Amino acid sequence: MSLANKDRIFTNLYGFQSPGLAEAKKRGDWDKTKKLLDIGADEIIERIKASGLRGRGGAGFPTGMKWSFMPKAPTENRPNFLVINADESEPGSCKDREIIRHDPHKLIEGALVAGFAMRARAAYIYIRGEFIFEAKVLEAAVAEAYAAGLIGKNACKSGYDFDVFVHRGAGAYICGEETAMLESLEGKKGQPRLKPPFPAGAGLYGCPTTVNNVESIAVAPTILRRGPDWFKSFGNPGNAGTKLFQISGHVNKPCVVEEAMSIPFSELIEKHCGGIRGGRDNLLAVIPGGSSVPLVPADQIWDAPMDFDGLKALGSGLGTAAVIVMDKSTDIVRAIARLSYFYKHESCGQCTPCREGTGWMWRVMERLREGNADISEIDMLFDVTKQVEGHTICALGDAAAWPIQGLIRHFRPELERRIAEHGGMLEAAE
Amino acid sequence: MADAPHIPDEAETRAKWGDFAWTPENAKTAAMYIARYPAGRQASAVMALLDLAQRQVGAETKTQGWLPVPVIEYVAAQLGMPYMRAYEVATFYTMYNLAPVGRFHVQVCGTTPCMLRGSDDVLAACKNRGLVKGGTTPDGLFTLTEVECLGACANAPMVQINDDNFEDLTYDSMSAILEALATDKPVKIGPQIKRQTSCPEGGPTTLKEMVKANHDYRGEWK
Repeated sequence: MSLANKDRIFTNLYGFQSPGLAEAKKRGDWDKTKKLLDIGADEIIERIKASGLRGRGGAGFPTGMKWSFMPKAPTENRPNFLVINADESEPGSCKDREIIRHDPHKLIEGALVAGFAMRARAAYIYIRGEFIFEAKVLEAAVAEAYAAGLIGKNACKSGYDFDVFVHRGAGAYICGEETAMLESLEGKKGQPRLKPPFPAGAGLYGCPTTVNNVESIAVAPTILRRGPDWFKSFGNPGNAGTKLFQISGHVNKPCVVEEAMSIPFSELIEKHCGGIRGGRDNLLAVIPGGSSVPLVPADQIWDAPMDFDGLKALGSGLGTAAVIVMDKSTDIVRAIARLSYFYKHESCGQCTPCREGTGWMWRVMERLREGNADISEIDMLFDVTKQVEGHTICALGDAAAWPIQGLIRHFRPELERRIAEHGGMLEAAE
Repeated sequence: MADAPHIPDEAETRAKWGDFAWTPENAKTAAMYIARYPAGRQASAVMALLDLAQRQVGAETKTQGWLPVPVIEYVAAQLGMPYMRAYEVATFYTMYNLAPVGRFHVQVCGTTPCMLRGSDDVLAACKNRGLVKGGTTPDGLFTLTEVECLGACANAPMVQINDDNFEDLTYDSMSAILEALATDKPVKIGPQIKRQTSCPEGGPTTLKEMVKANHDYRGEWK
């Protein structure tokens, strides 16, 4: 059973209609928001918990539980902050962009509801610098909401004061990591902080802070309006809700689409993307959750449910639900080597295993692409990825390691074939 | 680091940019940005101000702008932060140009999702027009940079030129865009094929009511 249109949250996903306030209200945004706040801060958190919403930024941590970690009685000098992560930079991901440029009021209303629930004084929306047009739309939407009294002093006549500010990034993937984002918000280089202390204890300006993904925040008002049970009715147990899937690569019609969680990969592709380019038999492999997760070969992904647990069982992950499809024309080693270059480029340089390791892994991947390597180097590369993984402050090291591990796990014969074809001889290093 | 830009000679730069100051309009904009952060936390505005400064330099030089050292000093001084802290920010984030760029900054995404859909062809179109990665054409028109994922993967391959995205490119459409820009002809922003944003080509598979009217689905909720 496919998701019905009436159950889709982002009805203006493709921007056929205006993102403005008047039109957004006609679609149901800002409809008696005060009544949502009247539910009460603790009860909102309980309902979000009950809905089974898991963070949409990649890690899949239960959103309601995250909100509950915030202090219940913030002081004047140490207010709570909500930071919304719109630094969408994971290769393959392009969903937050659609929310921001076409349905920005869902995000702003969600910011108010979520901010109220966690007793935050203000929300900062950290939008990636390259989203120049999107930031303009968002700034305009925030201004509209202020002018209409929906946010700011006495937001929605609830008696609650809540500000929303937009903060533009300037081109750094690492700022999508929550503590790097806080550093960047404070006007510094985006280098992740050690945890603990966790942001809920000491985050932005040393104050309690929760960092949430755009999609997690934007779905909150609809969940409250329609009830936790409605949201929970979609997806397999533990993977509730609807989700924006972003399909790129070798499908006939790449697109962004909202679907129920746990939809089988085949249905997602056949129904919305016009199938695999060249037909099902032409499918080679899929990266199901953005560049950081390991690839899954064609035969394993076809019937797999697209959710957190289903993809974890395949040794991969849902991540941001950025589905990168590769057909048999793909140079799979080059595709992964290009990701290695991405991580080398985006490493913040703070931890040695990542700063040195990402460059090393990329150089070896480039040689493997040509087959200019020794057969033993495949295992050496795997070993090095294991030494980077888990030995850095943030997860960028892990993210750089996993695609390579996935490649070696599933395509070792291809690597060996290239080495054999090249003659099994290692040419002098550069 | 090896591909770090050549930072122009400082004495020369200082002579040219030493008396940099906001235009009256930008001074207001800068104050608006600073007001977004709590008192004493004005350093948070450094990213916004560096971007604003780069745009002002761009407007003055009729290019996409860059950040000469005296300009970074000016921003740091306004925010009461040490110059080095502002310089760190300017060098850490890729959108700040540390050396002059051309009138059009062509940023081709080369990351895997774009690569799979043909970013090689887009780069070939650039190369064919004389654009060189990391360099500016002799006429000062185009600077080419290969960038990492710009977050428009369902519309790959794509390129960002100045503030605009051009999506669903081919060798031919990219060549046409460069030709139009070079000759001051209008260009179409967004997808270069017949397609609405990230909707599947040929029309939506969902939410079809939205195409014609601002449909309210709430009536169908039970």
